[in-house]
Amino acid sequence: MSHSMHHGVLDVDNDYIHAGYGLKSWLLTTDHKRIAILYLISITIFFFVGGFFAFLLRLELMTPQGDIVTAETYNKLFTMHGVVMIFFFLIPSIPAVLGNFLVPLMIGAKDLAFPKLNLMSWYVYNIGGIFALYALVNGGVDTGWTFYTPYSSTYSLSNVVPVVIGAFILGFSSILTAINFIATIHKMRAPGLTWFKLPLFIWSQYATSVIIVLATPVIAITLALLLFERVMGVGIFDPALGGDPILFQHLFWFYSHPAVYIMIIPSMGVVSEIVSCFSRKKIFGYKFMTFAIMAIAVFGFLVWGHHMFISGQSVYAGFVFSALSFAVAIPSAIKVFNWTATLYKGHIEFRTPILYAFGFIGLFTIGGLTGLFLASLATDVHLTDTYIVYAHFHYIMVGGAVMGYLGGIHFWWPKMTGRMYNEAWAKFSALILFVGFNLTFFPQFVLGYVGMPRRYYVYPDEFQVLNVLSTAGATILGLGYIIPMVYLLWSLRHEKSAGTNPWNATGLEWTTQSPPITHNFEQIPIVSGEPYVYHEEGKVVA
Amino acid sequence: MWSFPLLPESASTIADKVDALFYFLVAVSLFFSLIIVIGLAFSAVRYRRGSAATRKGALDDHLPLELAWSLIPLAIALFIFGWSAKLYFEMRVPPANAMEVYVVGKQWMWKIQHPEGNREINQLHIPVGTPVKLIMTSQDVIHSFYIPAFRVKADVLPGRYTTQWFEANKPGEYHLFCAEYCGTSHSGMIGKIVAMEPADYERWLTGESQLGVAMSSDGKEVFERYGCRTCHRQDTGPRGPALDGLWGRKVSLANGETIVADQEYIRESILNPGAKTVAGYSAMLMPTYRNQLTHEQVNHLIEYLRSLGSAQNSK
Repeated sequence: MSHSMHHGVLDVDNDYIHAGYGLKSWLLTTDHKRIAILYLISITIFFFVGGFFAFLLRLELMTPQGDIVTAETYNKLFTMHGVVMIFFFLIPSIPAVLGNFLVPLMIGAKDLAFPKLNLMSWYVYNIGGIFALYALVNGGVDTGWTFYTPYSSTYSLSNVVPVVIGAFILGFSSILTAINFIATIHKMRAPGLTWFKLPLFIWSQYATSVIIVLATPVIAITLALLLFERVMGVGIFDPALGGDPILFQHLFWFYSHPAVYIMIIPSMGVVSEIVSCFSRKKIFGYKFMTFAIMAIAVFGFLVWGHHMFISGQSVYAGFVFSALSFAVAIPSAIKVFNWTATLYKGHIEFRTPILYAFGFIGLFTIGGLTGLFLASLATDVHLTDTYIVYAHFHYIMVGGAVMGYLGGIHFWWPKMTGRMYNEAWAKFSALILFVGFNLTFFPQFVLGYVGMPRRYYVYPDEFQVLNVLSTAGATILGLGYIIPMVYLLWSLRHEKSAGTNPWNATGLEWTTQSPPITHNFEQIPIVSGEPYVYHEEGKVVA
Repeated sequence: MWSFPLLPESASTIADKVDALFYFLVAVSLFFSLIIVIGLAFSAVRYRRGSAATRKGALDDHLPLELAWSLIPLAIALFIFGWSAKLYFEMRVPPANAMEVYVVGKQWMWKIQHPEGNREINQLHIPVGTPVKLIMTSQDVIHSFYIPAFRVKADVLPGRYTTQWFEANKPGEYHLFCAEYCGTSHSGMIGKIVAMEPADYERWLTGESQLGVAMSSDGKEVFERYGCRTCHRQDTGPRGPALDGLWGRKVSLANGETIVADQEYIRESILNPGAKTVAGYSAMLMPTYRNQLTHEQVNHLIEYLRSLGSAQNSK
């Protein structure tokens, strides 16, 4: 019997959703759970904007010649697809939505350490977003999301400045969230909740936050330098002004490679929670999992040069960056093996979240292994800047990060909203996503190997069949993203209440009512045991 | 139109070596993917909730296993790294006897010139069986010279030379792509590589339609026109060093370093004379020719200096 029943109406009204009414109560909230919902709305809008760009790109690529849009528009579409999806969706996705909602709940805290900073980060995010959208409606930007110089600093005639300002501002929202998480995880854990009792989701948020705090200032500086050159003609990157274009690439990737880990590590945390819960088994090799997360975070800073094997970097620098890139594959492999081992001799129940987790593990494995082809120097020469790079990083970013994000949304939706959702539809759409994803991106591996370069508006005829397959897949994939929007929104009004702990999961967030009260817990919990206690002496704890 | 290749053509000496490594990587990837997929599927079926299979001996920690699946992949990764690094070294370091061709990239066109004088746009004719080294620069943004059938690609940068080399081993026509996004018509910055039997290539090179003047002759003309000889002669003393026999020689610089006089050094010395001044000369005397010479003229000057003979002590 749940606690709230004893107090009747009062406590039901007391949940964070009903703690206040009206727009103002949301726009001025400092409740981490409400801010998570605000972020959920913002990033979902950007996700569909970015997805719409992708759909237009795939439509254009149905035929070898240009037909639906012009070359200029095409270039703007892939630029904005990249900018929106990376900066405005993937990087904030899990930390700003699930992390914001769950970090205090999972460590038994009332809120994040700096609730006002948390609200500020959402506003900063949206201000960055307004700059990007302004650039978009004013004609767009065509530099590619990588902003390579001197094209971006001198030659592009498009709206580089507002987009760069937008990305610059956005970085501060990431930093604010990350500082908040680091302080909260260090200082506000419930009594007894020591570091090695933390759920892996918390470890993943911690590692991600450390990367964000260390790497984001570098991209901010880089973008600022780019603006100095473009607006004031200060020679930094353009050789015509005495600059060095490769310097930009070093600085850019010093952030943007770790940014890949900002996007994927949180999903690894989500998958760990889901796999353990639905197999009723403690996560296999918990300590190795924590070391692996931190190792990925650290090594991630040392591999940026693998984006530049053919850009005129010295052969020996290539050796170092290649060797370190192979090294970062090892902790990723450890994680995949440990998830697989967790399932062994478990009691696996096929609810929606674990379908996403299965999808994540399989697709991340393929994405990771194909990373070896690009970490390997001799093969990278042929493969870099071709469609194989698209395929590789979409397996990581969409097959990995987005699958993890959706898995997490389906896992914690009952906690966030207090409602279950229609599982038949949810499972169906997970399947649609998996099929659509593979049909979209697997042909791109082949396209890359046969030599189709990235960012090509027109292409030789012999690449058409694979492009048509990919476009067909994208249509299915798009459907797979629309269906969850429908049944999740539907669930808010029409589905049954979730109760405190619908999955019988461990973890402090499942000990408080759904949706949680404003201060999360009636009493601050005291933690004595380890995480993931799903089985004791051969018995399943359900 | 509906023929669709799943494998790229292979037409250079390096291509098969890259493919061998590629297929090894495919095999490793399949092996590990299968372990994971079979592992997941096995557990998903056998250990689904409610199944009768015994769970006795379920583990949630096992150090030897953790070490095994850390160290075995590490060993495989290091093996691939070593193999690949060795091959990459071979790909990046051109043989001494390579024939040289100059490439200038611009939005959105490839301008190519052979030392013999032949100019080409978006085409490159080469003989099979001879290593070819490309000396490349861009006059605007970054481009990338990519020949999928040869498995080679290198970025073409403004402000400096980059090089790449290959040896075609099968006559034919192959795609040339720009692989680094360079603006509106990036995907139109394409062309073809025509690999020919050596005899055919000779015929093409000297054919009547190829009305080029050797690059070195053009270079001599530039050298005279811009008055380079005023300072660069045997008898000009401290005004400027003589350039005969400079090519490939080790040069002692004013800052105490030595440098081999190659394309990059000569290019830099023309465009930014103060950067690496020869010992015994003033950095102040020579003006920059940055905005006076085209990229092609700099290339011509280089070929001219090369024609003045190379030192015996080089290479």
